[in-house]
Amino acid sequence: MATYTMKEAKPAPSGSKGIIFWLKTNLFSDVRNSLLSLVGLYLIYLTIPPLLNWMIFDATWSGTQDEVVNSGARWIFIIEKFDQFIYGFYPEHLHWRPNLVAMLCVAFLIALKVLKNNKSKIVLMLLFPFVCFILISGGWFGLETVETEKWGGLMLTILVAAVGIIASFPIGIVLALGRQSDMPILRTLCIGFIEFVRGVPLITILFMASVVLPLFFHDGIEFDKLLRALIGITLFQAAYIAEVVRGGLQAIPKGQYEASEALGLSYWQGMILIILPQALKISIPNLVGSFISLFKDTTLVLIIGLFDILAMVTLTNSDTNWLGYEVEGYVFVTLIYWVCCFTMSQYSKSIERKFNTEH
Amino acid sequence: MSDQEFMITMKDVNKWYGDFHVLKDVNLNIKKGEKVVICGPSGSGKSTTIRCLNHLEKFQQGQIHINGTELIDDVKIVRHIRAQVGMVFQHFNLFPHLSVLENLLIAPTWVHKKPRKEAIETAMYYLERVKIADQAHKYPNQLSGGQQQRVAIARCLCINPEIMLFDEPTSALDPEMVSEVLDVMVELADEGITMICVTHEMGFAKKVADRVIFMDAGQVIEENEPHQFFDNPQSDRLKLFLDQILSH
Repeated sequence: MATYTMKEAKPAPSGSKGIIFWLKTNLFSDVRNSLLSLVGLYLIYLTIPPLLNWMIFDATWSGTQDEVVNSGARWIFIIEKFDQFIYGFYPEHLHWRPNLVAMLCVAFLIALKVLKNNKSKIVLMLLFPFVCFILISGGWFGLETVETEKWGGLMLTILVAAVGIIASFPIGIVLALGRQSDMPILRTLCIGFIEFVRGVPLITILFMASVVLPLFFHDGIEFDKLLRALIGITLFQAAYIAEVVRGGLQAIPKGQYEASEALGLSYWQGMILIILPQALKISIPNLVGSFISLFKDTTLVLIIGLFDILAMVTLTNSDTNWLGYEVEGYVFVTLIYWVCCFTMSQYSKSIERKFNTEH
Repeated sequence: MSDQEFMITMKDVNKWYGDFHVLKDVNLNIKKGEKVVICGPSGSGKSTTIRCLNHLEKFQQGQIHINGTELIDDVKIVRHIRAQVGMVFQHFNLFPHLSVLENLLIAPTWVHKKPRKEAIETAMYYLERVKIADQAHKYPNQLSGGQQQRVAIARCLCINPEIMLFDEPTSALDPEMVSEVLDVMVELADEGITMICVTHEMGFAKKVADRVIFMDAGQVIEENEPHQFFDNPQSDRLKLFLDQILSH
């Protein structure tokens, strides 16, 4: 027979921490790894310094076209056309309205974090889109009306993406639930819609919304072009959201459904209180992935004659006074898209952390 | 006795999964306050039987009455019955996105429409009873299996049920934690709540059951009060079953 005493925890051996140790284990652990590290470093050396030189150190930031001497980027083009990139053809003296909306958006996000009362949060969420719409389109409270044809640039990109995301989300959830329903007709309708929309490119849907949809309305009913595009994008996005949410729903153990039923919760109570919060939590990475690709897809609205930020760059490039500035324009748009998409993905990570109840 | 004097009656209940006949003419009458243990080999239909009682499973033939109400496939009736029947599952089925306390508040506030403050008081009372009040603000995944199952029991008690159904409540637990859950169940049994428990814990059956039922192949083979059931089994099938589970 043998007995043993409990042992104390000891500190980790030295030499398993620090920069040298990290380099040794991660970059130069063996010959093959060292070679790969060197090749990687060389590639970084080849690309990053010239890029930084072009973008920052050799770039021209001010002055007129004739004064350009540096070999780098000529950002004066962006500075000159900045307002058009951001606001499209929105009247200049009214730029404060989209600016105000942007600030309200930030305030809105902060308010959602600060507010504890769920009811005031919901009221805020329902009210906010209307406030934004009235501010941008005008026509109420003495605000000058701005037709949707004049909306453009980054403002339009964000607006289309935001409406697409916000409106498609509840529709997508309902479609996902419908697809799992016990009612055969409802289920068939949902599956039919989802599979049809997913089988068709967004461009086709935008064309249909723009050209085919008006055929169903009587003459004289003028249906706003932007609104048609928004409806098309929302329906398109809803089908994708539905499939993402369905994936989440299927990952929820059957026991969760049974427990909520056994406690006497109704179908909708069970869904809203128990199942959806868990299913959506699992789906966050895929949902945000889907939102990000929608954000980039919004650029297709140029097909039906709406000028989002990318279309504005293309348009300003044909300005005879400013020929040959394509590179600067497209690099600028790339940066804008990247910043927006990266922000979305970081925001999703912070939400994921917030909802983590494992530890 | 007429139907009204029983808390639960099952009359010739038959159920099929496709062509597979899972419940064959199950008859069961359980009085108010009675404690019944159902045992039997796996696949014998014992879980299915108690899951029929709160309509988690539908049955195709026969009648079930719960506390005087006939259980039929109607949303209102089903909700009415579920409001008086608590169920404890093998895998606890706590809601992992809600804290322990919130788990206990869901049914009282949403189904029974109690004010939140009152519901919290009730919830804390039952958490105290299952000796876990200090964990009220933790999430289920932070608790051990035994603690989770005790929370699940408290969650059922919060709706003040007439009947408690236990579906193998200790089968998914580590051996060390079985007794803490059984202790809570024994305490409950002493209070006069109607209990039906599917379990293989024969010690528990001997201690608290008024009646033990043995099922096999979808039918009730034998039922008796515990001493007779264990010491003097009648059917060969039950003798074999008891031999196997008690031999080690």
